[in-house]
Amino acid sequence: MSPRDTTPQGDFFRGVWKENPVLIQMLGLCPALAVTNTVENSLWMGLATFFVLTGSSFIVSLVKKLIPGEVRIPTFILIIATFVTVADMSLEAIVPTVHKQLGAFVALIVVNCMILSRQEAFASKRPLGRSMLDAFGSGLGFMIALIMMGAVREVLGQGTLMNFRVIPGHFEPWVIFILPPGGFLTLGFWLLFLNWWQKLRRERARVRAWPDGVAAPVEGRAA
Amino acid sequence: MTAPVQLEGRHEVKTSKLLTTLGAAGALAGFLIVFVYAWSQPIIQAYKAEQLRLAVQEVLGGPDHFDTLYVYDGALRKELPADVDGAGLEQIFLGYTAEGERVGFAVAYGEPGFQDIVRVIFGYDRGTEALLGMKVLESKETPGLGDKIEKDSSFVNQFSGVLTPLVGVKARESSGDPHEIDMITGATISSRVVIRIINDQIERLGPLMDAYTGQVARADTGGVR
Repeated sequence: MSPRDTTPQGDFFRGVWKENPVLIQMLGLCPALAVTNTVENSLWMGLATFFVLTGSSFIVSLVKKLIPGEVRIPTFILIIATFVTVADMSLEAIVPTVHKQLGAFVALIVVNCMILSRQEAFASKRPLGRSMLDAFGSGLGFMIALIMMGAVREVLGQGTLMNFRVIPGHFEPWVIFILPPGGFLTLGFWLLFLNWWQKLRRERARVRAWPDGVAAPVEGRAA
Repeated sequence: MTAPVQLEGRHEVKTSKLLTTLGAAGALAGFLIVFVYAWSQPIIQAYKAEQLRLAVQEVLGGPDHFDTLYVYDGALRKELPADVDGAGLEQIFLGYTAEGERVGFAVAYGEPGFQDIVRVIFGYDRGTEALLGMKVLESKETPGLGDKIEKDSSFVNQFSGVLTPLVGVKARESSGDPHEIDMITGATISSRVVIRIINDQIERLGPLMDAYTGQVARADTGGVR
């Protein structure tokens, strides 16, 4: 689909699910694996990234005609780094305990390729409103993916969800889920589940489209 | 003097325009960062000071008030010469009861642990050579293992009443010696770091504590409650 074919709804929902930065595009995996050991950490990292992405898209889309193509990437990075610094200092002032937990990964948002890719592929080419919808969608999709990771890891690794105990006390938490390998395992399980689910949906849709007695075309061949 | 930049297939862009663009973006970014810094730093510093105050209270067992002492010129000093800024100097804290009796010293220090710097604060009664308590101020040790040095109460509680110098022993090899600390299984390095920090700092600062004969602080003469 060419950029001109998109609709406002499409710009928003594309990043939320269809092209989810983490679960589909596999971008921004560093924070997705490193800081999603609790839902609270995931939420704050998601909010910080959302802030940086929407702020950067706003500025880039606003001043895109003033930026010569030759220096667009350095300028985008400068804009992103500014918002990351603002987010870093603001988190430390507002939620110091969470900032301590997130450690260096707030500062590392600057190298999240999901953010730079949205500036290069969308915000620098589209009107302000569409750019903001795209940023809202991608930021929300990133946050949802992080929370999905955090929920599984916190429940299995600590027996709690949002710091409330949800598994009886005699359950011995699987510590591996709050360690870095647990991030890889959780992401793998989520991708496995989501791919299986999407395949199931496609097959059901195909069965509906081809009623009994009519052979459906084999996937991958021309109908 | 500005030379045009010629890229194949593209129109000419003057170097001055590139410089102006990046310069203006940098200046605006700097302005925004300075603005946020000016807003956030007082809040961050106040939070850190409050956390340190609470930690001192905790490791000294809730003294009535305490003094901040500076390590300056090879001695502990409550007051510094007029031309010396105390912000960059090492500080330790001396707690007092309501009657003005010394409770003990609180010392904060950090050393590399398993993953990053482990920073602890401990309360120490120089008279009995016993620890009054220990709290981890900063640590990025492994969740579920190394972070037990701050989250495992059975480990942390050992530092209240134990005699110095500390001796770290494996949990099943404890002999009941009053100097012993049972280390955490699976987090031996992190446990040893805490023990090493305390022993090293007592060895380094002990003579300074002995030499300090400062006036007993009263709440109305600068002691912090």
